[in-house]
Amino acid sequence: MSLAVASGGPARRPRYRLRRSLTRAASVTLGVALVIWTVMPVYNMVLIALDSDADEYSGNIWPPDPSFESFRVIWTEGYWYLENFWHQFGNSIFIGLMTMVLTVFIGSLASFALGRMRLRRRWLLSNAALLTYVLPASFLAIPFVHIAHRYGLSDSLWAVIAAEVMFATPYAILIFQQYGRLIPFELDDAARVDGASPVQVYLHIYLPLMAPALVAVGTYALLLAWNEYLYQFLLLSSTKSMTVAVALDQFFDSDEAPWNYMMSTAIVYSLPPIAIYYALRRYMMTGLTMGGVRA
Amino acid sequence: MSSTQQVLAVGRPVAVNHPWRPVWPGGLHGSEYSWAIAFLIPYVAVFLAFVAYPVAYGLWMGSKPELYADLAADPLYLRTVVNTLLYVGIGVNVKMFLAFLLSGFFMSRSRWIKALLILYMLPWALPAIPAFLAVHWMLVGQWGFLNSLLSALFGIDGPIWFNSYWLALGANIVADIWKWMPFWTLIFLAGRTAIPQDIYDAADVDGATGVRRFAHVTFPLLANLYLVCTLLATLWMFGDFTTVYFVSGGAPARSTEVLATLGIHEAFDFAAPQLGVATVMSALPLLIPLVIVLMRKVHTMEVQL
Repeated sequence: MSLAVASGGPARRPRYRLRRSLTRAASVTLGVALVIWTVMPVYNMVLIALDSDADEYSGNIWPPDPSFESFRVIWTEGYWYLENFWHQFGNSIFIGLMTMVLTVFIGSLASFALGRMRLRRRWLLSNAALLTYVLPASFLAIPFVHIAHRYGLSDSLWAVIAAEVMFATPYAILIFQQYGRLIPFELDDAARVDGASPVQVYLHIYLPLMAPALVAVGTYALLLAWNEYLYQFLLLSSTKSMTVAVALDQFFDSDEAPWNYMMSTAIVYSLPPIAIYYALRRYMMTGLTMGGVRA
Repeated sequence: MSSTQQVLAVGRPVAVNHPWRPVWPGGLHGSEYSWAIAFLIPYVAVFLAFVAYPVAYGLWMGSKPELYADLAADPLYLRTVVNTLLYVGIGVNVKMFLAFLLSGFFMSRSRWIKALLILYMLPWALPAIPAFLAVHWMLVGQWGFLNSLLSALFGIDGPIWFNSYWLALGANIVADIWKWMPFWTLIFLAGRTAIPQDIYDAADVDGATGVRRFAHVTFPLLANLYLVCTLLATLWMFGDFTTVYFVSGGAPARSTEVLATLGIHEAFDFAAPQLGVATVMSALPLLIPLVIVLMRKVHTMEVQL
């Protein structure tokens, strides 16, 4: 740009400056529009949560009398929809952690066998993984629920964990295989010459060097399980086995539930994933780009 | 798939290893071969028990031709098909196109735009239900937040959004765009950063700037990524249940349902699981070609690895 100014000479300078300030004005306008666009629904959530009475049609655009009463009600489980809130919060955490552990475990073993040991006909499994990855979740939901009943997993957290693991593993395998390319095969070879078994190569070479990918995929699986709604809604029915996502839907279905409690529940439920996203922003971005955009 | 989706991002393939060279020299010895099989057992077990079996069961449930005759005679179903096509067709294209343009905006080096990007990520970081609850409550009734805002700022009485077919359908589409556009913007941003600067320098020397630089350099390099992302977004949006369920909930009078919500309603609220399966399966003739193209695009890359 500065080069263009120099060659254009002084006569062209005012036009150039005009163009630059126009560009600048346009990008500021776009920026402001993006802020409003992004923040408006979130602001509405906070607005309702801080409202002290439960009337949703107050028509306020500013909380007239902000109070944290509804958050206190959640903390003390002081409303009948929220009676088991912390138990349900625990269920969500349990499902998330189990999904994370199982996905990383199953995915890393499979990607080691496929990517490092290179079995013949491995494309069959890679394709199966890819096909699961593109399968729309809601299309599989109806037969999945029937099968979960058949396995004796009605109203069981394990049915949900199985569903989440099945959706997270293909992504895990794809990412692990891509990332594994960065680890020199000579390392495996040297270990084998020294008499290491595949298990030892997996434990002492593969896993430690794959740490960044394990973290990225583990986080992905955790958040997937925490945020997923449809399978939890269809598979969990009793209040004791519900997750926060399903509890939120109960509020939604009811006609006279206090909306401020619902929105504060929604906020409490959103805080862990938001914290993780922002804390691990760089890792999440690596997870995105690792697939090969960076080639 | 639901919420926190990540993408299998695809760029120009790189040939790292020759595809069929055995990586462990000398191939696998006897016990190593057994170990390789053992390592695959957990994945294969999960796949057979929770993917292959339900898929086969679903195909069997939806295999009766009468079901499709019933569907074709049902005006609600036909309307739902139109809704789904509008919802996915408009939603995916607007979302991807805007995300692509915005990724160019976020390439800027200025500090406030970088800070803006962090805020802009927020809808992506938010779980789907709170996000869509917030959008629903913004539009609900006469005095939802948006109408209150319109009346406070401009003195306009806003419409009752979910009483109008087009407004409700539009709300579903906009909600989906709001939630997922940041994610795709980040993907395209990653794609753009991966383009080496010397290509742009060369284009500069040849006098390509502005629109021509975009049309002849940036877009051709990212076209493959754009295509793969669009296909993935289409598949995911077809299977998307949460948006429509929470934002319009089918209002007014079940006129804005999409195949995913209609299928689930039929299966679980009207106790007609086979009809529900048939409803979602009727989208397969459209989805299968997409899956094939997508698998091919991704597969060429897989073989190169």
